[in-house]
Amino acid sequence: MSFRAKEFSVLPGFNLTMGYTLLYLGLIVLLPMAALTLKSAGAGWTGFFQTLTHPRVMASFKLTFGTALLAALVNVVMGTVVAWFLIRVKFPGKRFIDALVDLPFAMPTAVSGIALTALYAPNSFLGGLLLKLGIKVAFTPIGITVAMIFIGLPFVIRTIQPALVDLGRDLEEASLTLGASRRQTFWRVILPLLTPSLLTGFTLSFARAVGEYGSVVFIAGNMPMKTEIASLLILTKLEQYDYTGATVIAVGMLLISLVLILIINALQNWSSKHLAT
Amino acid sequence: MDPPLWVNALIATISLGFLGLFIVAPLGIILHEAFRAGLHVWWASVREPDALAAIRLTLLVAAIAVPLNLVFGVAASWAIAKFRFKGRTFLLTLIDLPFAVSPVISGLIFVLLFGLQGWLGPWLADHDIQIIFAVPGIVLTTIFVTFPFVARELIPLMTEQGSEEEQAALSLGANGWQVFRRVTLPNIKWGLLYGVILCNARAMGEFGAVSVVSGHIRGETNTLPLHIEVLYNEYNFAAAFAGASLLAALALVTLAIKSLVEWRSGQA
Repeated sequence: MSFRAKEFSVLPGFNLTMGYTLLYLGLIVLLPMAALTLKSAGAGWTGFFQTLTHPRVMASFKLTFGTALLAALVNVVMGTVVAWFLIRVKFPGKRFIDALVDLPFAMPTAVSGIALTALYAPNSFLGGLLLKLGIKVAFTPIGITVAMIFIGLPFVIRTIQPALVDLGRDLEEASLTLGASRRQTFWRVILPLLTPSLLTGFTLSFARAVGEYGSVVFIAGNMPMKTEIASLLILTKLEQYDYTGATVIAVGMLLISLVLILIINALQNWSSKHLAT
Repeated sequence: MDPPLWVNALIATISLGFLGLFIVAPLGIILHEAFRAGLHVWWASVREPDALAAIRLTLLVAAIAVPLNLVFGVAASWAIAKFRFKGRTFLLTLIDLPFAVSPVISGLIFVLLFGLQGWLGPWLADHDIQIIFAVPGIVLTTIFVTFPFVARELIPLMTEQGSEEEQAALSLGANGWQVFRRVTLPNIKWGLLYGVILCNARAMGEFGAVSVVSGHIRGETNTLPLHIEVLYNEYNFAAAFAGASLLAALALVTLAIKSLVEWRSGQA
């Protein structure tokens, strides 16, 4: 592919900056990514499937993708409520709370991980309270889901907020004036218009959660077959110098994520055509 | 036609409860655990030699990764935003690629490249160069995971600004470097600052990717996040949370600057 400027431009520096961009991109991103692809190809089809269908790998995939889907679902519902609150409800200190929403994004994952674990461990105040109610959070799939909700939250809220601003109040008020109830207006007018952004938020939260390591690994408990996430399994394989096994799991994860994201994108295309007219 | 008061009150209660549980409580517990045993314990944990070595390494890694990605980000956004060419969208996708790769996999690809059984492993071993389980590996991996931040911030901004001002400056006789310094840079400074801040936060806080390539040698290849993990796994919670409080402070400063930048650019 030739990256040559299509139209004549009087500005200088295209060759220099583009050349540097391509060189740096190639060295830092493309060359290492090529190593990943070639290594997994080296495993061959049989090796590929044997590694992926191993019970321990299957269990970690089910856990990782299951909890990531659940967390994304919770985030879409709660994220909509919070975004609505931040955009539509007037209250003092709004800017401050709005800024705090980005905390999970700015916080180093290991710090989030130990904080969430300390918060929900059985011997902590909140963890102990929940344990009395019969809910064990830390070191169970619930804990993994909690960590994934935490890291995905800003992505969902920041996707829904602009959509809510764009939505305005006109349609809502028109619907109410024409005699629809608030409930009908929400389900028939607001929700369909928000659906494309909700799906985008869902995808971002899900994609982040699937690959997440730092904030999940402390609260997970890391019991093989039970609370071992896929990212950790890759690390375990690497520690055993099983480079091929680690690579196959990584590529498997990327492929499953890709398929799921393609499905969600298709849903999004459909919804923006059929719902938001 | 605002909704009835009780609806707003309900939405506010749910939102504040949720944000309190998921954002304020984790932040609070870091401070609580860090200072529970008193300020002197916190101070002693931060000044302990391994902790200092970890802080130094973290600063070193960020000091290399952030400027490199800053130069790349400015060069890439100049080429992409100020010129039209074939394959532009494709190039943008490639720049975003490191965001799509999860942390552990980001570390893995560098092990596959430079590890003992990796592509360049045997050659590096022959020449006695160690990259994986050493500082160069940590630096490279950090550059990879923080690669898109500055470019991602600048490309939309510079595309929106167009190139009329630059063209005017050129026609008045300025040279390329002068145009960049006197016209472009002042226009993009807030976006640039924002990109650098995010890049730096990630560079100092990266855990998963760095964990794969570090080798976890105490006092040598442990960055601050890795040092926190070691302390936590040794049940040395006071010291672990003391380190965590430093990184949490970094996150809060990042958020404060982000708000400031948004406020400034909203005013301009």
